[in-house]
Amino acid sequence: MIETKAAVGRPVPRREGGDKVTGRARYTDDLVVPGAWYGKTIRSTIPRGSVRSITFDPAFDWPKVVVVTAQDIPGDNVVQLIRDDQPALSAGEIRHREEPILLIAAADRDTVAAAQRAIRIEYDALEPVFDIEQATETYSTIEISKGEVDEVFEGLEGVEVIERTFKVGLQEQLYIEPQGAIAIPEPGGGIKVIGSLQCPYYVHRALKRALALTDEQAVVIQAETGGGFGGKEEYPSIVAIHAALLARKAGRPVRLIYDRHEDLAATTKRHPGVIRHRTAVRRDGTLVAQDIEIVLDGGAYCTLTPVVLSRAAIHAAGPYACPNVRIRARAVATNTPPNGAFRGFGAPQSLFAAELMVEHVAERLGVPSLELRKKWMLRLGDTTATGQQLTESVSSDLVVAAALKAAPPIRPSAHPTVRRGRGLSLVYHGSGFTGSGEKKLGGKVAVEAAADGTFTILTASTEIGQGTKTIFTQIAADALGVPLDRVTVGPQDTSLVPDSGPTVASRTAMIVGGLIHEAAEELRDRLAKRRKPRLPLRVDKSYVQPDTIHWDDQTYQGDAYPVYAWACTIVDVEVDMLTGEVHVTDLVSAVDCGKAIHPVMAEGQIEGGMLQAVGWATIEEIKMKDGGYQNDRLATYLIPTALDAPRIKTILVENPYSGGPFGAKGIGELPMDGPAPAIIAAIHDATGVWLDEVPATPEKVLAACNSR
Amino acid sequence: MQFTLNGATVSVDVVGTRRLLDVLREDLRVTGAKEGCGEGECGACSVLIDGAVVNSCLVAVGQIGGCSVVTVEGLALQDGKPSPLQQAFIERGAAQCGICTPGMLLAAHALLNANPRPTEDEVRVGLAGNLCRCTGYTKIIDAVLACRM
Repeated sequence: MIETKAAVGRPVPRREGGDKVTGRARYTDDLVVPGAWYGKTIRSTIPRGSVRSITFDPAFDWPKVVVVTAQDIPGDNVVQLIRDDQPALSAGEIRHREEPILLIAAADRDTVAAAQRAIRIEYDALEPVFDIEQATETYSTIEISKGEVDEVFEGLEGVEVIERTFKVGLQEQLYIEPQGAIAIPEPGGGIKVIGSLQCPYYVHRALKRALALTDEQAVVIQAETGGGFGGKEEYPSIVAIHAALLARKAGRPVRLIYDRHEDLAATTKRHPGVIRHRTAVRRDGTLVAQDIEIVLDGGAYCTLTPVVLSRAAIHAAGPYACPNVRIRARAVATNTPPNGAFRGFGAPQSLFAAELMVEHVAERLGVPSLELRKKWMLRLGDTTATGQQLTESVSSDLVVAAALKAAPPIRPSAHPTVRRGRGLSLVYHGSGFTGSGEKKLGGKVAVEAAADGTFTILTASTEIGQGTKTIFTQIAADALGVPLDRVTVGPQDTSLVPDSGPTVASRTAMIVGGLIHEAAEELRDRLAKRRKPRLPLRVDKSYVQPDTIHWDDQTYQGDAYPVYAWACTIVDVEVDMLTGEVHVTDLVSAVDCGKAIHPVMAEGQIEGGMLQAVGWATIEEIKMKDGGYQNDRLATYLIPTALDAPRIKTILVENPYSGGPFGAKGIGELPMDGPAPAIIAAIHDATGVWLDEVPATPEKVLAACNSR
Repeated sequence: MQFTLNGATVSVDVVGTRRLLDVLREDLRVTGAKEGCGEGECGACSVLIDGAVVNSCLVAVGQIGGCSVVTVEGLALQDGKPSPLQQAFIERGAAQCGICTPGMLLAAHALLNANPRPTEDEVRVGLAGNLCRCTGYTKIIDAVLACRM
């Protein structure tokens, strides 16, 4: 046998890195499809009401154009997800601005634009609902209960009660490649869709349902994808259905590529919300009770909102051990465009409030907040709000110590009108699907050995920049005991690979990587048998939940996640007291990822997530007007540039998890959780004012400073 | 109309008001420049025109007759191997999803040509017109700094 050097733990070259730096990588809009027409979605201009009439200007040459309405949908007029509430095209009712009503396609873009101008839609408007406190429809509610919360707040002597309300804003994922799909009619009534997406099988299910296709007739292929961050979890199903409807009616391929303006105006955002905390502590700092209420705005359709709410609720108490906890969470419907998946998935919202609550309690008691954190934080053997006992890979102490050690010395401000401040946060984030989610999903992979000594990993997990293809080959190569270059990852094509579940929820490395590890080990053992098996030989694996994990969906009690990843983040800010501008100058984060399969990529993913969180906390504000986003262009929706970004220092802490491949835990979402509360604490350190909301825009910072 | 693209002379018969980005991608099938916003904010469509970094979504092709245009496809060495800058991007994790990478590489290339030993702050200024949502910029900046003369 050839002696091989372990691939896991080494920064091996990114699989598709060569293609990406030379321009060879082909993203959706780079693909040449002969004869393809250009598609466009015609959307509502009111937030609520119904379509009274659609007029097609008789002066326009309509035979040049294909028009699709709700009547052209051969299957169910539904975007398949959790609830069947969202139509692929409006059948008359309008629940939000930018709701798709019609689809058009033509041979060139000028004709499409001219046709769009020749369509007139009139509406009967209804009074929209934008205020979550006045919303009447609820998507879901969750109650988590531990101990006796009411008794604590009603009875105990010698307890301080601190109450605060926190607000979090909308945020756009802002992947740099906008949404897009190309649909190609296939012989036999099938349709192939190639697109920019995270979850090929979500799109597959949605296509089958709306276009009444069989498993084989619907084929979904992921093109190279220019970022997702959750934004390409559920929304690509809509793009794919639309492209497929146009292609079906036109009888030819159709490209449906969004421009940035349409992408910003129409696609899902991070759920905004309000979180109220009531905390009871003894004067010695002992945490006695937490009473938490969460309200998230789901927007006009359900999308993934109940699952987002679930993750928000489970993380709401923060990484702290408290004997009495009550978390009441609800998500409501309004008439804004639907909100959906975005890295962190509710946890950044609820952890923002939980972390700032530590600051407020510390201030009331007159003790350093770090001291309270160290007193309260979950350690091995402690139980969470859902009653989950943490039995391994608990890293609160490790990450706090590592971050403190790496933090730069505190510098004085160099300018009389600029004040500096420092803030710290401690967060944890559950890896993988919640509760019994992975069991229900039953993700599948296969590893195949070919006669020429090479191996192929068959999985629907997608590469969206986070390094899936590279880490999967590292895991498989080491499990097989072969050099890295003998292993490749097959294409993310639903006609070729099994459903590994979606590429979401910090589950790819830990859950799907774990399945690949199992499959590769079994393949190695079978190949090592004295009686050589016939090649090619394929080993399939499906997820089986360890019987140590217990979860009750009804009571929300039990093991919410197989394990948690941990992070302690320290930020330094400069606040310009004349303009209110907040500049994050330094950011240090110690992150326990269990085991870094690829340390450079792990750092890179953490750094990118941190900056996304810095954007959410400081400059990424969406202004609403009449149910639409006012700043729906990249000229007005700002994200951090290289000049805005701090130097980010990442410390990888490796506290292995026995259930993950080589000890790895999921960390894709974790970096989104920590920076926002640390930044608000740093602004307080600099200015003496508490904002209790993000984004901390210059206007809000100035107003808070002036009203002191 | 004629211009030089990645060292070779190309002729195109197109309306002069069309965007250089579209002519490159659709007529010449050179797709390294990407459309991220179409209004000059993101830099994903960056190309070099006579050595300067330009957003090709804001340039009418009629403006560039006789100019030298370089896209990411023109950055590799003569033997087709990645340039040291491209190699540094791979090794140091500067490319994640890769959609900003072509523009980022061209901005970095132009910066290093103009200033072979930039400081970190100068690198940040040089890349400020190119948005990246994956990396937090730290690894991109480190890759550029590693290629100082």
